[in-house]
This record gives sequence, C-alpha cells and structure tokens, in this order.
Amino acid sequence: MLVGGEQGASAFRVKGVFILQNSTKTFSVQEMIQVKKQKKNTSSTIEKIVPILLLFTAIVSVLTTLGIVLTLIVETFTFFSRVSIVEFFTSTKWYPFSPTQGSYGVLPLVVGTLKVTGIAAIVAIPIGLATAIFLSEYASDRTRRIIKPILEVLAGIPTIVYGFFALTFVTPLLREFIPSLEIFNALSPGIVIGIMITPMIASLSEDAMSSVPNSMREGALALGSTKLEVSLKVVLPAAISGVIASVVLAVSRAIGETMIVAVAGGSTPSMSWDLTSSIQTMTAYIVQVSQGDAGYGTTIYYSIYAVGFTLFVFTLVMNLFAQFISRRFREEY
Amino acid sequence: MNATMEKQRVRIVQGEEKQVEMENKNIVYKTDQLNLWYGENHALKNINLDIYENEVTAIIGPSGCGKSTYIKTLNRMIELVPGVKTSGEIAYRGRNIFDRSYGVEELRTKVGMVFQKPNPFPKSIYENVAYGPKIHGIRDKKILDQIVEKSLKGAAIWDEVKDRLHQNAYGLSGGQQQRLCIARCLAIEPDVILMDEPTSALDPISTLKVEELVQELKKEFSIIIVTHNMQQAARISDKTAFFLNGEVIEFTDTNKIFSTPSDKRTEDYITGRFG
Amino acid sequence: MKLINHTSVVKHMKPRLVINILFKSLFFAATLFGLLVLGILLYRIFTQGIAYLDMQFLQSLPSRKPEQAGIKTALVGTIWLMAVVAPISLSLGVGTAIYLEEYAKKNRFTSFIQVNISNLAGVPSIVFGLLGLTVFVRALSLGTSVLAAGLTMSLLVLPIIIVASQEAIRSVPKELREASFGMGATKWQTIVHVVLPAAIPGILTGGILALSRAIGETAPLVVLGLPLFLAFLPKSVFDMFTVLPMQIYNWTGRPQAEFQSLAAAGIIVLLVMLIIMNSIAVLIRNKYQKRF
Repeated sequence: MLVGGEQGASAFRVKGVFILQNSTKTFSVQEMIQVKKQKKNTSSTIEKIVPILLLFTAIVSVLTTLGIVLTLIVETFTFFSRVSIVEFFTSTKWYPFSPTQGSYGVLPLVVGTLKVTGIAAIVAIPIGLATAIFLSEYASDRTRRIIKPILEVLAGIPTIVYGFFALTFVTPLLREFIPSLEIFNALSPGIVIGIMITPMIASLSEDAMSSVPNSMREGALALGSTKLEVSLKVVLPAAISGVIASVVLAVSRAIGETMIVAVAGGSTPSMSWDLTSSIQTMTAYIVQVSQGDAGYGTTIYYSIYAVGFTLFVFTLVMNLFAQFISRRFREEY
Repeated sequence: MNATMEKQRVRIVQGEEKQVEMENKNIVYKTDQLNLWYGENHALKNINLDIYENEVTAIIGPSGCGKSTYIKTLNRMIELVPGVKTSGEIAYRGRNIFDRSYGVEELRTKVGMVFQKPNPFPKSIYENVAYGPKIHGIRDKKILDQIVEKSLKGAAIWDEVKDRLHQNAYGLSGGQQQRLCIARCLAIEPDVILMDEPTSALDPISTLKVEELVQELKKEFSIIIVTHNMQQAARISDKTAFFLNGEVIEFTDTNKIFSTPSDKRTEDYITGRFG
Repeated sequence: MKLINHTSVVKHMKPRLVINILFKSLFFAATLFGLLVLGILLYRIFTQGIAYLDMQFLQSLPSRKPEQAGIKTALVGTIWLMAVVAPISLSLGVGTAIYLEEYAKKNRFTSFIQVNISNLAGVPSIVFGLLGLTVFVRALSLGTSVLAAGLTMSLLVLPIIIVASQEAIRSVPKELREASFGMGATKWQTIVHVVLPAAIPGILTGGILALSRAIGETAPLVVLGLPLFLAFLPKSVFDMFTVLPMQIYNWTGRPQAEFQSLAAAGIIVLLVMLIIMNSIAVLIRNKYQKRF
C-alpha cells in the first residue's frame, strides 16, 4: 500500500518541487496581515457594535406590537369614558351618525362580520381541503408543480381587485338566481373572501399532508386500501394539526378582510341573519369613518379604535389558537 | 495537592522526552492537562501532547474517541458548539490559546483548517482563495493575484483551474474542491494546518492526490491530521497519536506505533480487533 | 376457521374503487375551481378595462370626466411608496433575521421575539392603519405623507421579510461558516462575506413578495386618510400622495359604468406590475436554486 502511494507521487512530486522553486517568498502574507491589523483596530469595535444595532432592529418588531396594543388601549379607553362599556358590548343598535342620540352597540358589526366569515368558511374549507388532498395524494409531481404556483397567484391578488370582482361580477351573477338580492349584501363578499382564502388553506394543508411519511401510505396501501381511504383515514388524521391550523389562520384572515366588504358589503349595520340584505362589518365601519369627515377627537373618531380593538382581539385569539394547535399536536414522525 | 504533584511529574517526564527528541525541532503546540466537557459529557481527559514544527502528526482512533474534538480545540472552533467547557492549557508557540487576551481570529490566521467535507464558498475559484487575505485587509489586486496563484500551485490544483479562475467553485469535482479548500487555507500562509479527516468524502484517486500534497506541504508547514484510516496515517505521518474514549493512549513515532505499539489497546486497534 | 371472508371482501372492492374514482374527480374539480375563478377574474377585468388602457390613461391626471381621467398621480405615488418601503423594511427585516439567526441566544427573550413576529403577521392590515394614523400621521405630525404611509407599510410587511430572510440564512450550510471562521474571519466578516451572499436569493425573493403586498394593500391607507382624488404629484416624502389601489377603490365606488371600466384599466396596470415583480422573484429563485 505504501508503495502504491510512492509510485503515484513521483510524477506529482516533480510538479511540487517546481512549484516551490517558482514561488520563492517575495512577501509574507502573515506580515501584511499584521501590518493591517495594527493600522485598523476598528474591526473589534465593529464586532461589538453590530450585534447591538441588530438587536435594535429586532426590537422594532416588538415595538410595533407594543405600539398597536397601546394605541388601541389608550384610544379605546377614551372612547369608553364617553360611551358605557356595557352599552358597547350588549346594545344591538349601532347608530353612531345619528345627530340626536348616537347609539354604540358593536353586536350588529360583529354579526355582519360573522355572516361574511361563515360564508367564506363554507366556501373555502371544502374546496381548499379537496384541493390539498388532490395535490398531495393524487396529482403527479408535474401537475403539482404547475398548479401550486397558480394558486399562489390567486393568493397574491390585491384585495381591492377581489372587491371589484365581487361588486361587478359576482353580485350581478347571483342576482340572476336570487332576484331579491340587494346590490350590497353579505353573500357576494362572503363567497369572494372564501375564494381569496382557499389557496391559503390548500397550500398550508398540502404542506402538512406532504410531510406525512410515505411509509404510512405504503403500509395502508399494502393492506388493500384505496387511495381515498389512505387520504381520509391515514394521511388526513396524521396531518390534522397542520390542517386545522391552516383553517384557523384562513378564517382569521377572513375576519380581518376589509376592502372586499367595504366595496361589496354595504354600510347598514344589522342584527338580521338574512344574507341577501346590506350589512356592515367591523372593518367596513372603520373604512367608512376614515373616509368621512368625522373630525379628530369626536366620539365617532374614537369608536374606530374600540371596533379595531375588538377586531384585533378576535384575530389574535385565533392566531394564538392556530399556533397552539400546531405546536401542541406537532406530529413526530 | 495530589493533582498538582501529578501534573508536575508529567511535565518533568515530558521535558526529558523533549530533550531527547528535540535536537533541532521546535514545539508548535504544547497541550497540557487538557480536559473538555460537552455539558456533562467528559469528551477529552487529561490530554498531553507536543506537536513539532514541519512534521505531520496523525491522530487516529475509533469514532467518538475525541480526535475531531481535539483538533477543533486547537483553533478553538470547538467553541461554536454550545455548552463546551475546557480546563488545562494549550500553548501555541509558547502562548496559551485560552488566554483572554488571545483573540480567536488572531489564532486562526496562524492556524489554518481543512474540513471533512469540501466546503468552498459559493463564489468563484479566485474569490475563494482570495477570501482570507481580503478579510484581513489585503486589497492590492496584484498582490492578491500572486497569492491566489501561489496558493493554488501550492495545493497542486493550479494547472487544473488556471483557465477558469472566475468560474464558480461548485463546478469543480469533490477532490478538486478539497484541494481548493487547502489552497484557500494556504492563502493566509498559516504556520500550522489542521486537517479534520480531509479525505473521508473523497474517492481513492483524489485521496492519493491530497496525501501527496500533505507530504509536500510539510516542508513549509506543520500539519495535524485526523484520520480514521490507519493506512493513511502510516503513509503520511511522522508521529501518530492514538485516542480512545477521550484519552491519549499512545503518542510516538509513526513507525514505532505501527510496528511495536507499547500499549495493548493500541495493538488491538491497529490490528483491527475493534473500531 | 377463517376470520376473513375473502369473497365478500372482493365483492366490496368494486364500490370502494368506484367511490375512490368519484372522489378523485371531485377533488380534481375543486382544484380546477380555483383555476377557473382566476381565469374568469382575469378575463372579466381584461375585457372591461382594455378599451381605456392607453398612453393617455397612464399620463393623465384624475378627472371627473371618465374619458379624460388617468392614473398618473396614483402610479407615481405607488413608485414613491415603493421607494420608501423597500429600504426601510429590507434593512429592518434582514437586520432582525441576522440577529435572530446568528447572534441571539436561545432564551425566553428570543422566543418571545419569534412568537411576536408570527403574531404580527396575523394582525389585520387595517389595524396597522390605526397604528399609523395614531403614531405617524398624528403623534409625529407627518400627515398623509409618503413617509407616514411608507413607515406604516414597512411595519406591515416586516414579518414577511423577517421570516423569508431567516429561512434563507438558516439554509446556508454551517460548513461555510466554519470555513470562514477557520480562516480567522470575525463573526461579522463571516456574515457579510459568506452568509449574506449565499442567502441573498432567498432574501430578495421574500423582499419582492413583501413589496408586492405593500403596493396592493388598500385598507391601511384608507385609514391613514390618503386622498381618493389628487391632482398633483408629490415632490418629496413629506408631500401628500395617493396610490393605485386607492384610485381603483375610488372608481369602483362610482355608479357609472365608465368609471368601473376605468377601475378595471387601473387593475390591469396594478396586476401587470405585480406579475413583473413576481416573475423576477421566480427567476431569482430558479436561477439560484440547488446551489448547496
């Protein structure tokens, strides 16, 4: 073995000698490094300052949350000094613009939000999950590579475009079938929000299902299961926490969605569960006030913070719930 | 009390040995009672080793014996692992590398390292070699050109890459990448080169080239090489240390350790009875 | 004695297979539904708006007369907004990502920042509008300026950039860092010369996606009080301005069909901008994929 090494080396060694002769040291890198080191001792200062600067950038995100919470709390507090908190949460009348006697009961706005969100969930959950199962379990690699980016395009379309689509296409289309449907209603924006959040459910659920190991599928298929049985009885249960988290996140997106309802939902706060009449959601109310000329310091001005705070709590609870689910029930394969 | 006595005794013994062997060679690295823990796990136990100038020192031993840990301690790369504690001393050219005043960057400009898997940067071949000099403040294009050429020649890869210096290093074969990494290490003209199983990810022909290179490089550098391949240690090293369970079992001339090992465990290992 | 009756199993096989095929078609139909909606949406908007889309539309100021109206102020405003959001959100986002991935110790504070970022990503955009209205428009007296809107949007897209940059930095192999440290490079030198260059495709992709989110957002800007109608161009970041989505929103709300067509034309311009940005992101991703 040693001999083999020597043989191979001989030709090479000639080269090596040549190299060494050729590269007679005219300068020493180490010496140059030393000189540079002495000249600038700034590098150690940089090493100390940089982490501190970066820490400050990281703290900006914390400050943002803090800013949101403080803003909402402080301004909501002012609002509750003028309007009773009991009235806000129990009254079923929301007439802030009434010139004589304003009434601030947030429930009609919550009902409007829930109606739209419920319709969106009914549209998005089945379609989103079916798409996820198709992409993860049935589609070929190539199909998946084509369809997934297209769905991502659907998720990247600005919401104002969806709002335009709801008002100028979906509502007239629905009116062909439901003549009593008002121009502004809950149904049309609900369906369009559902379309908007479908890719979110599909994409996140597909990720969860794809990460289920193939050995599980093979085990079930080897027992004579059909693909459908594998999908519904093996893969879906194994990926359930990711799937639930994706649904919760998508629904939270639907609750906070603004432009679609502002354009196509109307501005009539209502406690009715009728889907065909005009409604107002929490977000749409904030938009309505922002556009109007309710001056700074009026009760109406502060009311948007109280409504915004309610909205923030709704979505925060859902986001925390989604995080809890995906952490608590994280699959260990 | 007893421990210090023991320590002194070891020192004296080693001192005597040194006088016998030293003739005209200087010690580069002197490891004295080195202990190292990963959290609770005692990974290196009372290591005493002297490494001489212009020699190839091989470190062999079964997996998990601490040989990689030891070589990474020599340039303090081990500190990238969280929860590492050390005690004892490693003197590099007479100065304890664990001294607070000793910057790791300064140490690592003197001590180059070649890793198990070739790890070139996703940059051009030229930029890979020029990286070290550049970060240490050498900007002169002409000098950089010279350094790059000299280093690539030194790593015996110049002829293969001289026409495509500005192409991405990821286009090279695995063996070429490893020699490029050696060239990158040579570019800062280190004093010592640490090699952590440098051929474990290479094919036999590339391995041979790297081994020949090591023989060339020892004329200018001191080399410490970790290997799990005993034939490789026998082929290329002057001295060999056998590690087992975090201890140095035997450290002596390579010829001696492979012909007449003094410890039973060394004999068992090199004759392939375990590991 | 056999516990399983194989003849009955075989008999049951057929309906199971039929159901399988049935559901496969259902799942496929659901997948097609999304594509179909996308097709209809694009077709509708295109046919409705194309007639109004010409150079005059791009170069005219908004007007009460539909045939003279254009999107010049909105287009210029969108570009101004991008010019403010891009540097602020990128430097804050990448800085945070570097801190979290390279410097932060694994302690409670770090995981608090991390949880905070994922929660921030789920806050409705309109709430960011309330934050911007209180802090930037009122407290800092920036008014409805480019700067106030740019800062609000930067905070809104910050989580997107942080998460994308973190993933990109995390995917840089640790061997590259070791090699750089082994040469005596300092931590910051390693980050600047090795980690960031290797992570830049991922960071850029995330940055472009974040920017395209910023130029499509409407709700926070409505809350800030951006004008729906503006007949002059901003000259500095402290000037009033409006953006494309605001202009589209304005036209969508008008009852006349002509204005809705104008809105469609504006949407085409917005979508073209987004498609260009996303194509660049895809190109970057494909060009640099599988480098390690």
